[in-house]
Amino acid sequence: MSAQLQLLNADAFNHTIKRLCYELIENHNNFKNTVIIGLQPRGIYLCARICKELFNITGLENIPNGHLDVTFYRDDFRRRDSPLVPNRTQIDFIIEDKNVILVDDVLYTGRTIRAGMDALLAFGRPKKVELMVLIDRRYSRHLPIQPDYVGKVVDTINSDNVKVKWNELDGSDEVLMITENHDKL
Amino acid sequence: MSALSVKHLLGIKDINANDIDMIFKTADTFKEVINRPIKKIPSLRDITIANLFFENSTRTKLSFELAEKRLSADVINFAASSSSVSKGETLIDTVNNILAMKVDMVVMRHPYAGAAQFLSKHVNATIVNAGDGAHEHPTQALLDAFSIREKLGDLKGCKVTIVGDILHSRVALSNIFCLQKLGAEVMVCGPTTLIPKYINELGVKVETNLKKALEWCDVANMLRIQLERQDIKFFPSLREYVMLYGLNKEILNSLSKEIIVMHPGPINRGIEITSDVADSKQSVILQQVENGVAVRMAVLYLLAGAIK
Repeated sequence: MSAQLQLLNADAFNHTIKRLCYELIENHNNFKNTVIIGLQPRGIYLCARICKELFNITGLENIPNGHLDVTFYRDDFRRRDSPLVPNRTQIDFIIEDKNVILVDDVLYTGRTIRAGMDALLAFGRPKKVELMVLIDRRYSRHLPIQPDYVGKVVDTINSDNVKVKWNELDGSDEVLMITENHDKL
Repeated sequence: MSALSVKHLLGIKDINANDIDMIFKTADTFKEVINRPIKKIPSLRDITIANLFFENSTRTKLSFELAEKRLSADVINFAASSSSVSKGETLIDTVNNILAMKVDMVVMRHPYAGAAQFLSKHVNATIVNAGDGAHEHPTQALLDAFSIREKLGDLKGCKVTIVGDILHSRVALSNIFCLQKLGAEVMVCGPTTLIPKYINELGVKVETNLKKALEWCDVANMLRIQLERQDIKFFPSLREYVMLYGLNKEILNSLSKEIIVMHPGPINRGIEITSDVADSKQSVILQQVENGVAVRMAVLYLLAGAIK
């Protein structure tokens, strides 16, 4: 028996994105030397939303942003039943000596981010890499990776599933926790 | 999520349109990878691949080797001319000896049709056919179709003429299977002696007049005359062949529309295709070579993913 718990509703979702933007502005001022890269497949929606909101707040139009696919850098190749089908990488700018903000929707074991950092380094040597996630499933890391900007921290167990829904993709902005264990709620 | 329907890539005949689509989508991303500053990715770092070439090859061998290295696989190369094959070792013995060194995949070119299939039944490794006699050359067909898709978008309804030595060509057969599976129409054109007798049973059109064949198509794939496979004379003279079936600028310009010109290489300039056509804007010969690496990376990546 599975149950759903709403972690963020549409209002809270948008407040969180605004807050993340202000945190970025605090650290990156005019974004002169900063680029934002969303991880495929679902980090690219947070990336797009952050860029849009940053424009609304600061009026800065040209913050370079792109998409990074980490499929070929994953550590579970051949440990799955079938190979993952990759998504498109699109980085039309130079990351050498830039401050890179990696963006993903949910941080769980940290393995995707590890692969993301490897994939990123194939494009050059950034000055600094930071990590932004909408949801941090803390206490479940397999690798020593921590985010710099966090939308919301949640405590979960392995059998739980955290799902970030996007208006442009799923018809609504919300974050759900789907849990198998009824008693937990 | 998804995997190829086959364990080996022996021929296009054995795979379906979904497989081809998956290979193309994967190749799209690899094409982006091979245009990066750092072109190497770590996916196949625990895979060892043996390239066994019992027949000469430049493009295919280099292309496979580069694809393997871009994927971080360990690669060993073997050419029949410099090996113990000349001492009388059988194919299975040769391959089993190589596999004893813990090799996971074998890429093989062989002068005999069916060699790859034979090997897949007798040895425990993933086999990729890099050309077996006059039978199939699957990765060439995939990269040809991938190149057409890149130019024209969709292959459905697209018309492709294959010109030249159809009889001795594995490229022609693989191309026919691949293009038809993707919904394209295929015509073959050449001297009657170089067109297999029952080829129309495959559902392809046959035309012996080059001008008419080119007028019909959107894409012309010019094949090389394989003199090394011809033990008898199939046409009176090379000069006559050039006059009747050689593609030159004059014919190309006389057509009512601009067609795409392809060639699997190696080109015999001045025979099946003149230099000005081979180097013209309509020719995608060098793009085919670039796409070859991406497509082969996709094939190796998808097959290796199924190795446990």
